[in-house]
Amino acid sequence: MTDVPVTTRKDWATDQEVRWCPGCGDYSILTAVQLLMPELEVRREDTVFVSGIGCAARFPYYMNTYGLHAIHGRSPAVATGLAMARGDLHVWVVGGDGDMMSIGGNHLIHALRRNVNLNILLFNNQIYGLTKGQYSPTSERGKVTKSTPHGSVEQPFNAISLALGAEASFVARTHDMDRGHMQEMFRRAHDHPGAAFVEVFQNCNVFNDGAFAALTKRDARDSMLIDLCHGKPVRFGADGEFGVVMDGGRPRVVSVADVGADALVVHDETDPDPSVAFALSRLANTNDVPTPIGVFRAVERSEYGSAVTSQIAASQSKAGPGDLHKLLHSRPTWQVA
Amino acid sequence: MTETSARTQEVRTTDGIVLRFAGDSGDGMQLTGDRFTSASALFGNDLATLPEFPAEIRAPAGTLAGVSSFQVHISDHDITTPGDAPTVLVAMNPAALLSDLHLLKPGGTVIVNADAFNERNLAKAGYESDPLEDGSLDGYTVVTAPMTDLTKRACQDLGVKPREAERSKNFFALGLVSWLYSRPVKPTVDWIDGKFAGRDTVIAANKAAFAAGHAFGETAELGASRLMVQPAALEPGTYTNINGNTALSWGLIAASQQAGIPLFLGSYPITPASDVLHELARHKNFGVRTLQAEDEIGAVGAALGAAYGGHIGVTTTSGPGMALKAETVGLAVSLEVPLVVIDIQRGGPSTGLPTKTEAADLLMAMYGRHGEAPLPIVAAQSPSDCFFTAIEAVRLAVEHRTPVILLSDGYLANSSEPWRIPDVKQLDSIAVNFASKPNHVNDEGESVFWPFRRDERLVRPWAIPGTPGLMHRIGGIEKEDGSGNISYEPDNHQAMVRLRAERIALIAHHIPPAEVVGDPDASVAVVSWGSTWGAITSARRRIESAGHRLAHIHLRHLNPLPANLGDLLRSFERVVVPEMNTGQLCRMLRAEFLVDARSVTKVSGQPFTAAELVEACWEEIGTTGAAR
Ligand SMILES: Cc1ncc(C[n+]2csc(CCOP(=O)(O)OP(=O)(O)O)c2C)c(N)n1
Ligand code: SF4
Ligand SMILES: [Mg+2]
Repeated sequence: MTDVPVTTRKDWATDQEVRWCPGCGDYSILTAVQLLMPELEVRREDTVFVSGIGCAARFPYYMNTYGLHAIHGRSPAVATGLAMARGDLHVWVVGGDGDMMSIGGNHLIHALRRNVNLNILLFNNQIYGLTKGQYSPTSERGKVTKSTPHGSVEQPFNAISLALGAEASFVARTHDMDRGHMQEMFRRAHDHPGAAFVEVFQNCNVFNDGAFAALTKRDARDSMLIDLCHGKPVRFGADGEFGVVMDGGRPRVVSVADVGADALVVHDETDPDPSVAFALSRLANTNDVPTPIGVFRAVERSEYGSAVTSQIAASQSKAGPGDLHKLLHSRPTWQVA
Repeated sequence: MTETSARTQEVRTTDGIVLRFAGDSGDGMQLTGDRFTSASALFGNDLATLPEFPAEIRAPAGTLAGVSSFQVHISDHDITTPGDAPTVLVAMNPAALLSDLHLLKPGGTVIVNADAFNERNLAKAGYESDPLEDGSLDGYTVVTAPMTDLTKRACQDLGVKPREAERSKNFFALGLVSWLYSRPVKPTVDWIDGKFAGRDTVIAANKAAFAAGHAFGETAELGASRLMVQPAALEPGTYTNINGNTALSWGLIAASQQAGIPLFLGSYPITPASDVLHELARHKNFGVRTLQAEDEIGAVGAALGAAYGGHIGVTTTSGPGMALKAETVGLAVSLEVPLVVIDIQRGGPSTGLPTKTEAADLLMAMYGRHGEAPLPIVAAQSPSDCFFTAIEAVRLAVEHRTPVILLSDGYLANSSEPWRIPDVKQLDSIAVNFASKPNHVNDEGESVFWPFRRDERLVRPWAIPGTPGLMHRIGGIEKEDGSGNISYEPDNHQAMVRLRAERIALIAHHIPPAEVVGDPDASVAVVSWGSTWGAITSARRRIESAGHRLAHIHLRHLNPLPANLGDLLRSFERVVVPEMNTGQLCRMLRAEFLVDARSVTKVSGQPFTAAELVEACWEEIGTTGAAR
């Protein structure tokens, strides 16, 4: 699309006052998206942000595109209908961990399984922000919140494992402290035909401050974030001194000096078998051990809306475009004179 | 059968027959009834059907729970019900006889498959002695035929295994009744050829069984008289036999054609609504998109998303699914987007009677959302009327930018009737009018788009994504009228609640007034909605032919009610409201118009019979002193 008008961040921002708490991680995600959009060479009117309910879900009000702020949990379903009906649009879905993994969990996994052409951004702050601080399906065991005064006794979801288990064709993770990395992930999601799922570690400085600090603060990142790069050995640390090996089907963090660089697993995001991607997602189930970010999986699979559209085209070329008169006479008829 | 050669028995003409096929769910009774119906339709009778099947796909064979029935009323004149009581009962086994005999008219004809009346089957049904021998059938004309045995024999030389041959015994029954009731043979033979194309032994077995049944009629001393029902003098035109769910599906396709925008159906399978999903999924060449969603909430959500994108968004379900969709329908009320929600009602609450009919979701349609969330409601009155009601629902949704609930029910869904196919060129068009340019000048003098700026009908613009310059954000949070910006202002919310109510109320000016059928000067008026139309019409005709007067007001629009309805109701001495619930419309009418309406209700999972309604009306007419 060469005739897309040149835009700047300002064109993509609305005049609405942004209503997140000062210091909320959602601001930096919004900035990353608004700055990225002019680079994607798409028209604002062809872009739609759909969301459910939650702090994260306020996102559409701040994007000068079409925006639909739906109801709690249902945004993947609403967006599925929109994307099926309108293959010409770029549909983004934004929501929190409660919105998309608790009340809307069912719609999320089915949108991923069907591979609907959606860019799904999950702002994971491991808490219910909008309802003022209850634990969420991604909160860690033992988490003390208003609704778990004695600590949560529930096993949390690992969002990446869940998406992979739901047959997602594109799965990535990023965090709100690294604009460049976020933009790279969002760009990849946009370019991916089909459902793209991006988990964003997002800080809720009011109800769950510092949930990801051990991973994302500037001086921790090198040793705590494992940046997955396609075709490269999985390696991290300030000097690449750590790496990941597959050991009897299980991933293990090692010191490269101990095993040698050749022993490291080479990341292949296009592997049709999601087993290694899944294994990598299991490396970290808590926020105090090295955690992979980047694209876990990016495989090509038939996109849902276009598959439906081609069935329509095929049936039109076979049966001709619908003729109502013919349809009404398609069963046995008789004449009364 | 050697002593009787083919005889030409005298054929007596009658004005109508109500035939009920009953058997085990594995016996193919629905198909048999359907074939008899089709042959009668092609012959030119008026007709109405009532299929009834168990909720279990395969209840234990031979038990009462497994009985599946199909009632069909054929007539030489215009009829509106499947008949109060069958005049003929075909019972394929003892359970079928036991479960349905009580329905049969006194003196009616019972046709049984004698081979199924063995000790085992009698015991399974719960008979202590054989009803064919113990006098239970005294007073009925009984025709016994060894259907299983004769079917097997007819198939003997066809290379069909005896067990498979046995499965064709329903065609034997069909052959026999086709002879008894003088039905044309050819449509059934042709149908067998088409339906089982490629399965030659099945074709051969079914044809042989059908012919054997017919021949049995010709040659055996049946003791029942042969009857003939002449074609009905229906309005000239081309007819087809159609059930409610098919008519509904075609109506949705027609509406999409009339509106010139594609149809999108989001649905989750549920009896008795699934057939609409099945039917629409077949017609992709009309540009129809169907999504079998992960659940009913996903289904209505997707339909709403498609509607937001400029398609006709439809979702189909039954009561349990309606409950799940409520929140999303409320969102559509708040967003003011077109959405068609179709509830094919069944017996409730909960799983209730999934295969039986009831019409108890009216108040749920009216009030089953949180907050003040009014929306238009329409209801279909007969199987073929589902076609026009679907078009009306889409028209209201699209032209008034609102979710609309269409109520059908299990009886309409599965029953069929002859339908004079409308001329598609005569169908009304549906005005879509997507917004294409800014509609407001702001304080700075710039042209901007206000998503909630309304026209004189209080309808807001439908601006779909992809339209340059009209980008806007909408949601379920209260918005300022006009600009559509989020607003929590007390006065604005109060104004918006009233606006949403007013704009739905205004629709009363865009629908036809209520009409009286029968005598507008009668002292008693019957007010109805939904599928009770047929039984009430039939009851009214009986009352009229007995020389009495009755007014009938049938409502297609239940919200808003027709503008003239209040005055009309107040002009009658008595108002009776028959409903397949415990009095929901009656309550609405009393609340709305302060009329002393009387409720007549039935919640047995069965439609009203005309006789029940004649009796109810009779009581009312009696109290007015009009009966003499
Ligand atoms: C049907 C329904 N149930 C409950 C709520 C209340 N509610 C709103 S947002 C929310 C959870 C928000 O948490 P999350 O999705 O993680 O978003 P965050 O605010 O953390 O960004 C809840 C429970 C609602 N709006 N609707
Ligand atoms: S509550 Fe938390 S997530 Fe919500 S706006 Fe405030 S900081 Fe952000
Ligand atoms: Mg959250």
